[in-house]
Amino acid sequence: MAFKFPSDEWIKELANQLNASEAYEKAAKDWEGDFIFVVEPDEAYPHTAYLFLGLYHGKSTDAALLSSENEREAEFILRAPYSNWRNVIEGKLDPIQGMMTRKLQVKGNMMKIMRYPKAAKEIVACCALVPTEFAA
Amino acid sequence: MWYFVSPQIVFGEGAICALDELQGCRALIVTDRTLVELGLVGQVKDRLERAGFEVRIFDSVEPDPDVQTVLKGAEVARAFEPDWIVAVGGGSPIDAAKAIWVLYERPELHPAEINPITPLGLRCKARMVAIPTTSGTGSEATMGIVLTDREERRKMGLGNREAVPDIAIVDPCMAAGMSPQLTADTGLDALAHAIEGYTCAWHTDFADGLCFNAARLIFRYLPAAVANGADLEARERMHNAATCAGLGFSNALTSIAHSMGHALGAVFHLPHGRAVGICLPYTIEFAAHQAPERFAELAALLGFSQAGGEEGARALAGAVRELCRRIGNPTSIAETGLSRADYEAHLDKLVDDAFNDTSMMSAVRSPSYEEFRQLFLYAYEGKPVDF
Ligand SMILES: [Zn+2]
Repeated sequence: MAFKFPSDEWIKELANQLNASEAYEKAAKDWEGDFIFVVEPDEAYPHTAYLFLGLYHGKSTDAALLSSENEREAEFILRAPYSNWRNVIEGKLDPIQGMMTRKLQVKGNMMKIMRYPKAAKEIVACCALVPTEFAA
Repeated sequence: MWYFVSPQIVFGEGAICALDELQGCRALIVTDRTLVELGLVGQVKDRLERAGFEVRIFDSVEPDPDVQTVLKGAEVARAFEPDWIVAVGGGSPIDAAKAIWVLYERPELHPAEINPITPLGLRCKARMVAIPTTSGTGSEATMGIVLTDREERRKMGLGNREAVPDIAIVDPCMAAGMSPQLTADTGLDALAHAIEGYTCAWHTDFADGLCFNAARLIFRYLPAAVANGADLEARERMHNAATCAGLGFSNALTSIAHSMGHALGAVFHLPHGRAVGICLPYTIEFAAHQAPERFAELAALLGFSQAGGEEGARALAGAVRELCRRIGNPTSIAETGLSRADYEAHLDKLVDDAFNDTSMMSAVRSPSYEEFRQLFLYAYEGKPVDF
């Protein structure tokens, strides 16, 4: 089955893939810091969605669709229009390049993110393993 | 969407005269003591003074500069208030100068906070000239700043587009005094920049030509520059090649050979160019197994093999090893004299550090932890990669 992006099922499946990934576990073994991914509306998708991904020492501790950005605390907030998220998930936009060109806006300690580039790459690799159904 | 950022590049014999036209009041020269003793810094200082500058020299940059050094340099800058930062040296002084410049403009920042995503707002107080005295790092044309964290024995790959110098003065006379060993090591660094810039996942149409041409020049002129330092044509072409390669990889990225090289340099103090030169063929062979296309294309362009695919890519790895041998450089880590026991004792740290090096972002084949371990072991033993 395919998981709709963005949805509660989709982010939970991403957490499952991360927890099954040895490469992610090794790359992020000291990582502490939860994320909220904010999906902003654009011509392909008319809504705003908030996806929470809890990450601690190489594992995903929690994942959920939130009703607002303030529902949970997160050290990092990544914000982008729907179509840019789609490009990241499909491997067409490298997330670090996306941040460098402001296609992904990041709030949080960049110094920390830049110490874990391999983990970022592995998260994208896990995204590719989630069978995803996109809005038209 | 992507960017291509370049300094104004003044090159060729006599390029140093570009300093005569610099407009400003105060110039801070960032360099190291050896270059002061060799008289290279004196030449720069004299020209700047003739151009009307008050000049101060910060010459405390050590090889593989650390955070403390750039904090000290930034203090000197804040007291002197230069409107130009003038870096004279190899990669270490130029990288240190970039960091000093950033901290002079943004005193509230810690060096480790310099990243490619957060804007810095430079050029409010000063601009920067870089004058390379080696033909290798290309730092005069890049946004990269490599600093060493001595406590963690780790190299920090920092950088920001704004930290690309305003002017690069690429005058071969400034590098003509390099020893054969320094010529060889730094030349291999430039080759790694060219090959990794061309083959990494972040390669671009704008950087490809620079990387290809740099690789072509290095294969052709490095042996002559090492064998006979007085061969001024070889010196000049190598000096240009290093800047071309710097410009190429700065607008793309380096890759796994640099991840391994940074780890080896920080733990065992192997010179950067020697370390990446050793690692490069192994990483090419590793990539060749799954993603050979760009390597094979480069091998064909350079005239090493028209076979394409994995065979073509492996020909490129072979050509790099052959070049290392011709210039008398090691092709395995064992050949550097490092004992196996010492190497294995640090293997976990090497793999950990390389795994999380920023250059890993652009690897076309991403090694697992175990594969990375094997890569380090094969590179130690000098065994061509077969997995
Ligand atoms: Zn390098």
